[in-house]
Amino acid sequence: MSGIADVRVAGQEIRLEHVSKSYGTGLAADDVNLIVPAGSFTVLLGPSGCGKSTTLRMIAGLEETTDGRILIGDRDVTRVGVAQRNLSMVFQSYALFPHLSVAENITFGLKVRKVSRAERQRRLQTVASVLGLEALLERKPGQLSGGQQQRVALGRAIIAEKPVCLMDEPLSNLDAKLRHEMRVEIRALQQQLGFTMVYVTHDQVEAITMADQVVLLNGGRIEQVADPRTLYARPATMFAARFIGTPPMNLIPASALPVEALPRGTRSDDMIGVRPEALILDASGPVRGVVRSVEYLGSDTLVDLDVDGALVQARLPGQDMPAPGTLLAFGHGPDDLHVFDPATGRRREGGVVETGLPRQSN
Amino acid sequence: MEQLLVALGSMALGVGACALYFWGSNRLLDLVFPARSAHAAANIRRANLIRPWLFLGPAVIILTVYLVYPVLNSIWLSLHGRTGEEFVGLDNYVWLFGDDGFRESIRNNLLWLVVVPAASTFFGLIAAALTDRIAWGNIAKSLIFMPMAISFIGASVIWKFIYDVRAADVEQIGLLNAIVVALGGAPQAWIALPFWNNFFLMVILIWIQTGFAMVILSAALRGIPEETVEAAVLDGANPLQIFLKIKVPQIWGTIAVVWTTITILVLKVFDIVLAMTNGQWGTQVLANFMFDWMFRGLDFGRAATIALVIMALVVPIMIWNIREAQKDA
Ligand SMILES: Nc1ncnc2c1ncn2[C@@H]1O[C@H](COP(=O)(O)OP(=O)(O)O)[C@@H](O)[C@H]1O
Ligand SMILES: [Mg+2]
Repeated sequence: MSGIADVRVAGQEIRLEHVSKSYGTGLAADDVNLIVPAGSFTVLLGPSGCGKSTTLRMIAGLEETTDGRILIGDRDVTRVGVAQRNLSMVFQSYALFPHLSVAENITFGLKVRKVSRAERQRRLQTVASVLGLEALLERKPGQLSGGQQQRVALGRAIIAEKPVCLMDEPLSNLDAKLRHEMRVEIRALQQQLGFTMVYVTHDQVEAITMADQVVLLNGGRIEQVADPRTLYARPATMFAARFIGTPPMNLIPASALPVEALPRGTRSDDMIGVRPEALILDASGPVRGVVRSVEYLGSDTLVDLDVDGALVQARLPGQDMPAPGTLLAFGHGPDDLHVFDPATGRRREGGVVETGLPRQSN
Repeated sequence: MEQLLVALGSMALGVGACALYFWGSNRLLDLVFPARSAHAAANIRRANLIRPWLFLGPAVIILTVYLVYPVLNSIWLSLHGRTGEEFVGLDNYVWLFGDDGFRESIRNNLLWLVVVPAASTFFGLIAAALTDRIAWGNIAKSLIFMPMAISFIGASVIWKFIYDVRAADVEQIGLLNAIVVALGGAPQAWIALPFWNNFFLMVILIWIQTGFAMVILSAALRGIPEETVEAAVLDGANPLQIFLKIKVPQIWGTIAVVWTTITILVLKVFDIVLAMTNGQWGTQVLANFMFDWMFRGLDFGRAATIALVIMALVVPIMIWNIREAQKDA
């Protein structure tokens, strides 16, 4: 019986240097600098229209760069054709060939590259058993469920045994339960097979749960590159602070909080970020507000507070249901306040602006 | 001037009468079965049963008069003599299947049937694929499509000039002969060249139908999801492989519809043959053969028999064509 070990490949590093893409009406990618380490699972995350697909398609070669260089495994591929970049891709629509059977879909690439029939069959069996597609090989894509089509698309990507795999929102057409299963499965597959993954999603949960490294994009620019923990615990910009976490991090003008509660070096016009789940009921705490509304979520309760004119959300554990109008006071842990410079939107760290962007040293 | 006024007047009258009919009959139905009385529900149900027939009625009647009646009358005529008076049983059919002209027509129709739809669809597909990718593709498309706007007779007149032949010692005004002479050959009477002249006539219809095939197939090609093409590119397929293995198979349904549509047209081909050769020099086809017996032979029985043969050939293809077109939609 053949297994996963037969299809293991060595991932390659991907490097984007000052990559820009213009569609005539503004930049879809704006001076993107990025290193995707070999064998890593890197997620491009951001709201719709921020340039994730554009960036991914430039790596694939389906879109030309307007500026900058793209390197895959030390080879400059900026002007190299799609097929010569040695990568595979899973599309949001799956892009299965409707007239070919599952088996033919999966082996299409091998066939075009004139891989022998016996070798094709061998690899097909391996991939089919890894993805549980054995019983479906003779069907046409139209006779498969969404989840099964998704598996075929995955099979088509991994049978090629390419060092790099790109995926553009591959789970967005699945229902919630299946999406969760596939999340786990894709992550496991990537770790077992060892290829470098660049994965596009607008869903922060997908990014946080799957990634080794998250690249947060906004308006064609990189906001932050970090592992999921860092992204959550130390957002580099106000955008990152608001984008990650549900509900999003509170941003309060420093002037709304008592001076003694603020970290040292905070200026009066700075914005203070604090997560709803970091606020802990504490009668002597520095964050004081009047309850405006209460939202019961089952496992916990979300309260909207009026803190000196600013709206602040706090997450209360369990069954606490304060009545609107109640005055509540909250404390927080030592690292739970984040200071942002409103002029740049960047995080302020002891007077030093931390960018989180890997910069070229040129 | 007066004619124009009469034409405009009758057009206005016709459209007005139609509008009045649809509006009036609908109104009448609502008055007979008001949706308000105690029986509102029953009335609405009854009115809805009748309403489709009010709207379909005129079309059904016209179809009956212009389609069903002629078919029945043709069958009746085919069983009668040249004036349609004395009953002759199956004599017309017996004559037909022994007739040389009919054999020649069938052979030529089969030739047309094989060559014209295949060539038109093939060239149309090539033109659609090539013009989709280039900047001046739309100009090229309009040029290829233009012959569609010319009547078959008009096209035949144009091609008569291309195939025209003059005596060897005067200057050739036919394009084809001019080229042949320029290359040092002897001028030919192309349309009188047995057997091959069939193909020279077919070229005219191919010239016209390629535009039609191109337009339909070009729309179908654009309907192919771009991502399937990109996936094939990623898999390393070259443009020819993508065209043959990814694009063409995805538009098979449309190709079949284009093919059969042209096939039906070819089975009825008439004007081109009439205008170019009138069926001489071995170019006879069924429709022209029928026309010959109808208006030159003045034999209604034989003409009707030929007409029925044409119908028997067209109908199955037509049914298949309509089914396929609906499957596509
Ligand atoms: N082919 C195109 N032509 C013009 N503008 C485009 C094209 N593709 C994308 N864009 C624009 O580029 C921006 C980024 O698009 P995209 O990369 O698809 O975003 P995302 O995948 O993050 O949702 C958007 O503003 C979009 O309108
Ligand atoms: Mg996208």
